[in-house]
Amino acid sequence: MNPSPFNLSALALDASLFRRIGPVFLNEPPVRAALGVVLALVVFAVFLLASGHDPLKSLEKAWHGVLGSSLGLSEVGVTMIPLLLTALATAIPTRVGLVNVGGEGQLYVGALTATGVALFFPVGQIWLMLPVMALAGCAGGGLWAAIAALLRRWRGVNEVISTLLANYIAILLVDLFVFGPWKNPEGLGYPYTTPFDVAAIFPAIAGSRFHWGFLAPAIALVVTYVILSRTLWGFKMRAVGGNPDAARRRGIAVDRYVIAAMIAGGALAGLAGMVEVSGIHHDLRPGISDNLGYLGLLASWLAGHNPATIVAACFLIAVFLVAGDVLQLSVGLPSAAGLVLIGLALFFVLGLRRVERRAL
Amino acid sequence: MSTFWLVISGTLTGAVGPGVSVLYAVYGELITERAGRINLGMEGCLLMGACFGFLATVETGSAGIGVLAGMAAGALASLIHAYLIIYRDTNQLATGLALTLFAGGVTAYVGRDYVDSIIDGLNPLAIPVLADIPVLGEALFRQDILAYMAYGLGPLIWFVLQYTRWGLSLRAVGENAAVAFAAGRNPALLQLTAIVLGGALAGLGGAQLSVGLTHTWSEAMTAGRGFIAVALVIFGLWSPLRGMLGALLFGGAVGLQLQLQALGAPVSPFLLDMLPYVLTLGVLAIWTGAADRAMPEGLKTILRAG
Repeated sequence: MNPSPFNLSALALDASLFRRIGPVFLNEPPVRAALGVVLALVVFAVFLLASGHDPLKSLEKAWHGVLGSSLGLSEVGVTMIPLLLTALATAIPTRVGLVNVGGEGQLYVGALTATGVALFFPVGQIWLMLPVMALAGCAGGGLWAAIAALLRRWRGVNEVISTLLANYIAILLVDLFVFGPWKNPEGLGYPYTTPFDVAAIFPAIAGSRFHWGFLAPAIALVVTYVILSRTLWGFKMRAVGGNPDAARRRGIAVDRYVIAAMIAGGALAGLAGMVEVSGIHHDLRPGISDNLGYLGLLASWLAGHNPATIVAACFLIAVFLVAGDVLQLSVGLPSAAGLVLIGLALFFVLGLRRVERRAL
Repeated sequence: MSTFWLVISGTLTGAVGPGVSVLYAVYGELITERAGRINLGMEGCLLMGACFGFLATVETGSAGIGVLAGMAAGALASLIHAYLIIYRDTNQLATGLALTLFAGGVTAYVGRDYVDSIIDGLNPLAIPVLADIPVLGEALFRQDILAYMAYGLGPLIWFVLQYTRWGLSLRAVGENAAVAFAAGRNPALLQLTAIVLGGALAGLGGAQLSVGLTHTWSEAMTAGRGFIAVALVIFGLWSPLRGMLGALLFGGAVGLQLQLQALGAPVSPFLLDMLPYVLTLGVLAIWTGAADRAMPEGLKTILRAG
């Protein structure tokens, strides 16, 4: 459509109001990600130099240790398993306009309920045991998220705040059990539960730490993707997230979708907890998650809450986390180096974008 | 004194100390939110303040320099948040959480060699006469200097926000940035100032925690106090004076828990540790109608509920 000459000045005004500044290639997410990671590495190298380490040697060690060895790659895979689930735990509620910051706590509660099943209701063979534990984990995480969803629905408490506070309560809840009634009487006083029966453990693959629990995020990713982008539910969720009032007028049961999405997110984070205790620890203990809930949230944010790109974001974060461990073993850096690198990458990738030039 | 009064007095004494670091974070978050922005990186700013405050105290031997270093660390950390959300238009919640993780990494990295260090730090100064008042004196007037500053800061912030030109501009930006701009204010600059000032206050709170209250540094020692502060700002309906009450409530839960443990109450310590978080959550649930009315307009896009 050709604009008439009379509207040209108006168009020019519009163009200047909404002009985005910055190079055009920043519109491409892969470019943003690559550039962001490179810049993060540069700043990280300076950080290493300042703390008295050789940055080139460290980065080379990290590269070989993480991506150049089968051990490193399997560790990346192991780390991605819970991350993918906690990322989806953020992505799903985001569709209806909710921010679930409670992945960490939901993970802990899911681990708790799954452990309860493993210890006290051994229902038999592995093919029955693991699904039942997974369901228990989902139920635990889902219930934990339901508290926030219902507090929002009935009392108007914002879910960002309630899920954040609930995280700390959940971590203490696990402590309560593993230091108390569930402590292994033969565990020499360590706050661990009795080790799981072999039927309650995801078998490892090819002698590595990578285990069959990877099926959980794989299935969750496919199901989430299909529901969000191929079903009427997914469409209605998007409507609810875009404009709840309009959705309500169109007859969509907004509250039901909001609460269901929150519970679904919590269930996936709870599943992450189940996968961790069943696949990695083989018992319940304090500190089973080192920020996995928060890292999943940020992975989802990096990926624009899109299940397909979430895989890439989780891969990136897992690589950095494992790099931190590799650097601790090989160069003697604190393993927190991985978290520093992740923080830098998040700042750069989030910040490297074209923004509208505005007065405000 | 009977056991009852011992518990009351012990709880009060225990309430003020741990409450001070939270109170500084509450002030910081409150100024940020009155300007219409939210900073979930408050937890990170507290942690930076605690870590670098402690480090500087170890290295220089001066608690004063330590406290200043903590403040600077908190301000610098919040500057990252401010730049990204104001000038790069990133999501406030994600950026704040990224900052908290980043600060967790940096402080664990840098602070690793200082975990067992011993410092003299800030020590309680008893205020003559006042410290001898039964129950209250012990609780309020045998604290370190940063606690006394915190008492004064609440009314000061209230006055500045309510009665100065800068405070009015800040609140105007928090309500409606476009209108404030049309009235000749600079919203971006005002918000930047508010966020960095907030970070500096949180850094001060962190330094109080490590240099003043505990005289130690350990990884993740702030244990969610920054997030508690965000909740307490809502609890206090964006007023610094009610925020002081909120911090006292949080401290009271900590103090009561210590008292019950000392008395050997047959309750799990973990259950008692939950008390501050449960209590904060419970109060928020009771409070909500008022919170909706008091919330700065600029926050409603991010903190709306229902």
